[in-house]
Amino acid sequence: MNTLLLIAVLLALSAAGFELGRRRALGLVGHPKELRSLPGYYGSWILLWCLVPSVLALAGWIALEGSLVDTWVIRSLPQEIRELPEARLGLFLNDAKNLATGNIVSREVDDLLQTTADRYTSLRAAGRLARTGLVLLLTAGGALIGYRRISLRFDAMARVETAFKTILMIGSTIAIFTTVGIVLSLLFEAIRFFQAVPITEFLFGLGWSPQTALRTDQVGSSGSFGAVPLFAGTLLISAIAMTVAVPVGLLAAIYLSEYATRRVRTIAKPLLEILAGVPTVVYGFFAALTVAPLVRNFGAELGLSVSSESALVAGGVMGIMIIPFVSSISDDVITAVPQGLREASYGLGATQSETIRRVVFPAALPGIVGGILLAVSRAIGETMIVVMAAGLSANLTANPLEAVTTVTVQIVTLLVGDLEFDSPKTLSAFALGLMLFVVTLTLNVIALRVVRKYREQYE
Amino acid sequence: MTGPQGHPALTTEAVAARLKGRYRSERRFRLACLAAVVLALSFLAALFASIVGKGHSAFRQTHVALDIHFDAETIDPTGERDPETLASANYNTLVRAALSELFPGVTSRSEKRQLYGLISGGAAFDLQDMVMADPSILGETRRLWLLSSDDADMLVKGHIPRDVPEAERRVSDFEIGWLDALDDRGRVERRFNTRFFTSGDSREPEMAGIWGAAKGSLYTMLVTLLLSFPLGVATAVYLEEFAPRNRITDLIEVNINNLAAVPSIVFGLLGLAVFLNFFHMPRSAPLVGGLVLSLMTLPRIIIPARAALTAVPPSIREAAYGLGASPMQVIFHHVLPLALPGILTGTILGMSQALGESAPLLMIGMVAFIVDVPQGIVDPSTVLPVQIYLWADSAERAFVEKTSAAIIVLLGFLILMNLGAVILRRRAERSW
Repeated sequence: MNTLLLIAVLLALSAAGFELGRRRALGLVGHPKELRSLPGYYGSWILLWCLVPSVLALAGWIALEGSLVDTWVIRSLPQEIRELPEARLGLFLNDAKNLATGNIVSREVDDLLQTTADRYTSLRAAGRLARTGLVLLLTAGGALIGYRRISLRFDAMARVETAFKTILMIGSTIAIFTTVGIVLSLLFEAIRFFQAVPITEFLFGLGWSPQTALRTDQVGSSGSFGAVPLFAGTLLISAIAMTVAVPVGLLAAIYLSEYATRRVRTIAKPLLEILAGVPTVVYGFFAALTVAPLVRNFGAELGLSVSSESALVAGGVMGIMIIPFVSSISDDVITAVPQGLREASYGLGATQSETIRRVVFPAALPGIVGGILLAVSRAIGETMIVVMAAGLSANLTANPLEAVTTVTVQIVTLLVGDLEFDSPKTLSAFALGLMLFVVTLTLNVIALRVVRKYREQYE
Repeated sequence: MTGPQGHPALTTEAVAARLKGRYRSERRFRLACLAAVVLALSFLAALFASIVGKGHSAFRQTHVALDIHFDAETIDPTGERDPETLASANYNTLVRAALSELFPGVTSRSEKRQLYGLISGGAAFDLQDMVMADPSILGETRRLWLLSSDDADMLVKGHIPRDVPEAERRVSDFEIGWLDALDDRGRVERRFNTRFFTSGDSREPEMAGIWGAAKGSLYTMLVTLLLSFPLGVATAVYLEEFAPRNRITDLIEVNINNLAAVPSIVFGLLGLAVFLNFFHMPRSAPLVGGLVLSLMTLPRIIIPARAALTAVPPSIREAAYGLGASPMQVIFHHVLPLALPGILTGTILGMSQALGESAPLLMIGMVAFIVDVPQGIVDPSTVLPVQIYLWADSAERAFVEKTSAAIIVLLGFLILMNLGAVILRRRAERSW
């Protein structure tokens, strides 16, 4: 059965279980008041018994199915294929899977590949059947267990409330698991990378050309994994983005919070927020197909040679994306400055702009700085705009008219397509990811501290 | 005599002069601020104008009317109307015959190839579908509007300039001549492009559609919603209503705040390392995409949900407790229903961000070229934003308008979702 259909059936059965529990409880007594708990609690009791075991089983099944099927298929393969290096074996299995699902296969289809693909198909079909059976069995079994526990003395309310509270508590730990998962997966692969390439070379090396490592005689060859050009490119593009976003965003926030009438504010603010809601892939398209040719032609008229993937275009469009981010945080911070400060300043005869520049702005500065730090971390982690509009080759330059590449662009180019998980080329993407994670996390922690400090000041 | 801070004595004229200067600078500052707003809004306008300007023409596709003779000899030589024979017949021959009939003067091989190239390869599939659906049309001749190739379409739409030398454009002088001749006879028309909304991806721009990607997006969003909404609400309720103030709770809170700001591509790396490499889940599947996106969306649901729960005044809880409600009853009967509009607003906004997200999905293989429309959450598929990325990378001129059209569709969905959120937020804004 289709996974989504199975979930739907599971939910329907559980709803039936709820009704069953309610009726069972009501059937025990003459009047609902004689029950220890409200009838609905008996329903929820059976509902929980239906849902919890089967959902856990389904989740476990989905998580483990892939590796189990792979193991079984590998076991059935002839000796010479099983002894292939892990990467080639993985490629073979991938082709078999693609063949089984009717996708494009990268090699000629021979008998072995066909039988392997057939084996995948049959194992998957059997797995689906078994999964459906298991889930339905657990649902029915759970309902039965729950049903038999219901009696006159049974305190359904206490049980259900405890169960709910436990479920809520377990659910809330998912955030911790996600962070742990991110840190572990990045660290694990990055450490494997640093075994092949020394960390000092990665952090301070000036040359980045991971492609050379594809040749077997050059794996981990020195000089090809120096990430400084990527860091420099990321910084250059982020700096351009911030020079666009900070003045425009800040001044717009000042206008909207200090000068604009209510009507202008209610129209302009949501319009600005649309800029933040546009997907980044759209900005990337805009940058690559509209802005880049414009800038190039304009540069040519001035006699400048502008690369078609210049840092200026990628950074500028990224800046447009970040404007609403800067303006909404600044807006919040400026509005939070106590009205009394402004009135005191007006009372001394200051004009509105003098008040803003000499009183409101200094008072709001820590919050604004925090907001700008958050915006910088956003710019550093932004991917699609730079993938589509910035370059691929790692140039170490500060000229905004030339093409530079960024950390995120390299992660994407290294990891899209067929992967070999033992080459430093692929692993380097995780090292870059780790750098990205550490830097953005640090920026965020600092920014949140600053903003919170500022808020406390006026509360 | 000097004034405070050593200023020269302020005579009336001096004050008036300075005041003038101060007012001028006030006006300048105000103008600068206004200019910033106008600039930001004009960026928005430029973005939308450029997308709509490039994409609106993709909703109408050039069709050419040809008199197709469904030659029974070519299609079904045995005359048994066997579906297998009908399915394997070469329908391109019919199109070619009709074209040759219109332009009998075209005889050389290379010219013929150019002439046949005016009609898309997809037209043959349409003819096949017609015959399969109703074999009785064999032997008849019908005037049909057939899909033109992407180059012909671009020429008709004026995206290929006619005034440049022949060697510099993709369409030859012959092709232009034929198309104009067809046009003069009223046989060229732009018709609504239903294929764009009903078919999957294709290497041929005129046959490519967004239905495959849209369905992939639908499945991915379904998985994301099913996972992140219950978990997000559970976390928010636990943290706001039950959690004791201790180190674990603090840790959870710090984690949530930080996760909200982790770059999305890092979630893709997590998905690649954990779901694909460790658990061997299928590549390119909406299931894995949904898992990754729900981890990314969770904090974006939890944070507004907590705010919505805090906004429910304590007096509601106390009144419910006072009437003898249990903690769960207080939450599920009173607090959650009151906080629900706020929670839903956050959820919709989180989902709309997930819908536009593409970077993490590139990591888990949702960038593959997939023709088939996915039928479930483990079928290989792509999503709308990634489809946009893929098309934007394609070399054919016709994909530019397809990309923009796909963006228009995606933005349409996002605007709808955001409108929903705005309406809900209005309802949620309630003063106690």
